Amino acid sequence: MAELRYREALGQALREELRRDERVILMGEDIGVFGGAFKVTAGLLEEFGERRVRDTPISENTFVGIGVGAAMTGLRPVVELMTVNFALLAFDQIVNHAAHIHYMFGGQARVPLVVRMPQGAGHQLGPTHSHCLEAMFLHVPGLLVATPSTPADAKGLLKSAIRNENPVIFIEHESLYGVRGEVPDPPPPDAAGEEHLVDFGHAAIRREGGDVTIVGVSRMALTAERAAAQLASEHGVQAEVIDPRTLRPLDLDTILASVAKTNRCVVVEEGWPHGGVGANLSALISEQAFDDLDAPVRRVSGADTPMPYSKPLEDIAYPHEPQVVAAALRTLGQTPPPDATPNGVVVNPRAVTATKPAGAD
Amino acid sequence: MERALPDPDTAREWLQTMTLIRRFEERAGEMYARAKIGGFLHLSIGEEATIVGSARALREDDYLISTYRSHGHALVRGTPPERVMAELFGRVGGCCGGRGGSMHMFDFDRRFMGGYGIVGGNLPIAAGIALSSDYRETEEVTLCVFGDGACNQGTFGETLNLAALWRLPVVFLVTNNQFGMGTSLKRHSAVTDLQRKGESLGVPGTRCDGMDVADTYAVVSEAVERVRSERCPMLVEAVTYRFRGHSMADPEEYRTRDEVTQWRERDPLPVFGALLEAERVVDGAARAQIDERAIARVDAAVEFADASPFPEAEALYDNVYVLDDQVRGRYH
Repeated sequence: MAELRYREALGQALREELRRDERVILMGEDIGVFGGAFKVTAGLLEEFGERRVRDTPISENTFVGIGVGAAMTGLRPVVELMTVNFALLAFDQIVNHAAHIHYMFGGQARVPLVVRMPQGAGHQLGPTHSHCLEAMFLHVPGLLVATPSTPADAKGLLKSAIRNENPVIFIEHESLYGVRGEVPDPPPPDAAGEEHLVDFGHAAIRREGGDVTIVGVSRMALTAERAAAQLASEHGVQAEVIDPRTLRPLDLDTILASVAKTNRCVVVEEGWPHGGVGANLSALISEQAFDDLDAPVRRVSGADTPMPYSKPLEDIAYPHEPQVVAAALRTLGQTPPPDATPNGVVVNPRAVTATKPAGAD
Repeated sequence: MERALPDPDTAREWLQTMTLIRRFEERAGEMYARAKIGGFLHLSIGEEATIVGSARALREDDYLISTYRSHGHALVRGTPPERVMAELFGRVGGCCGGRGGSMHMFDFDRRFMGGYGIVGGNLPIAAGIALSSDYRETEEVTLCVFGDGACNQGTFGETLNLAALWRLPVVFLVTNNQFGMGTSLKRHSAVTDLQRKGESLGVPGTRCDGMDVADTYAVVSEAVERVRSERCPMLVEAVTYRFRGHSMADPEEYRTRDEVTQWRERDPLPVFGALLEAERVVDGAARAQIDERAIARVDAAVEFADASPFPEAEALYDNVYVLDDQVRGRYH
């Protein structure tokens, strides 16, 4: 085991797959000479050359589409979008093309394409540069969606994504690139050994507990873990923390098994509440495990607003540990400490069309 | 420009294929009126010379990629009319098993890389196919067909720039049929000389008479071979006209009958047929036979499509994903 930063683990995955498979190529803005906006691809141009590591112009929809065409004809492109925000420019190629080509052409073509992108708020980048859009991709049949939260998962899931025959939306997090964690070592060259791969569709149980299940997505898996520690130390509550790791395919079985044990569930995500991952999960749990529930599934999400620039507002517009603790306590019928923002789901009280999300107090 | 005709067999094959496309499209229109075909139906009647002349400039291992007006492109690549008609009928026997319909034809084995429903959506994909050809160090060229309306999409500028920058072997063929749906060229494009639209992006342009199959063949062949040898993209504008509406649901209030009549005088099918007759490549009887055979082939296509079953409900989820060992979990 080596301790690596999340960005280094991703870079290692790319390097190993580039070495392993000649069909793998990388494309993206500033990934070559500059080494990547977040330095994930640092050193890869030097090792693999311009034929395989390609700097692109700022033309997101087009270079994702180039990835689609190249994937249809035998390559395994890994396209980096500098951030998830720019994926919105590429939605035509991602949704109309990458996701649907295998289906609409009757299975004749495959699109083994990986589109990597980081998401997340917290750097005062305002409304256009702080999105968390995993729910938008989750919505689309034909896409696989990975949301690694640890260096080990970042590496193992990325390697699996590159080997997958389907288009994969690989969502990293801007705030995680510097986070360190244990990552299994690659087998030595010329020696047979286990490679570190993380299968899609297998959730990770980050912490075991019998009182309440907390599902945390992307960076929120870490927030959920810290909240669980606080629940244990300050409230005597044992939370089970689950990181789904991939949202499509979703390992619902692991979540349902946990809910069968705890009878309570909180879903934590950084994105918006309406049509979010939590909305989806809470519906699935209600449909499939209603009898197991002793309380409504609660959601903790980003605020139902564009992301504000001003630091104090930005801080309350995405979830932190106190909101998760409060939501967990509410599922147990306990009154949360008064300083916690109610449930983290902040609904504009003046918006006439806004429906108060379930669980918001 | 007067172009020399190819050898008689080739010339006859062009006429046969143009005729097949014409008769196929006419019959598709009828089948649409009889509700055998749903959704949108975009016919390429009037554009047969552009389709055949350009596609015949390709080798078998070259790629062709097209738009939502793509029945003719499937046919010219050799997809059996039965499979194309069955796709229009939404049947299992369709070239995409009834999942794509009129706008989404596809025939991987014949390197027809698809019809695409989004205007301009196929340009980046064409560049990606060309990147793959280049990466694999083949001589393959991609012919990317789109309409005049697509020249105003962001993907046009983005893709031409990238293709020139990366020296990708793509021939961009803009089928200028004078209208982006119901908006005429001069009302949708500040520059109406479309062959020049690639100049500032590093993509040289040229033009052919899209109503003349021999001229289209000559100009596109030259472009294809230049792209093949120099590994840089080119833009070709084929000036043509669609005789029918944008789709079947088009009242055509944006153009006059006189204009349509004038263009119909240049109908590529009778014009080329008469030329071949004048040049003694075919006689009147042979022309009639070509037409009869095309009609018979289309009859057979309709018969096949009608006999082909609709997909079973159980097959709804087929091919949403490629399911392999590495993909687990719930999907639906």
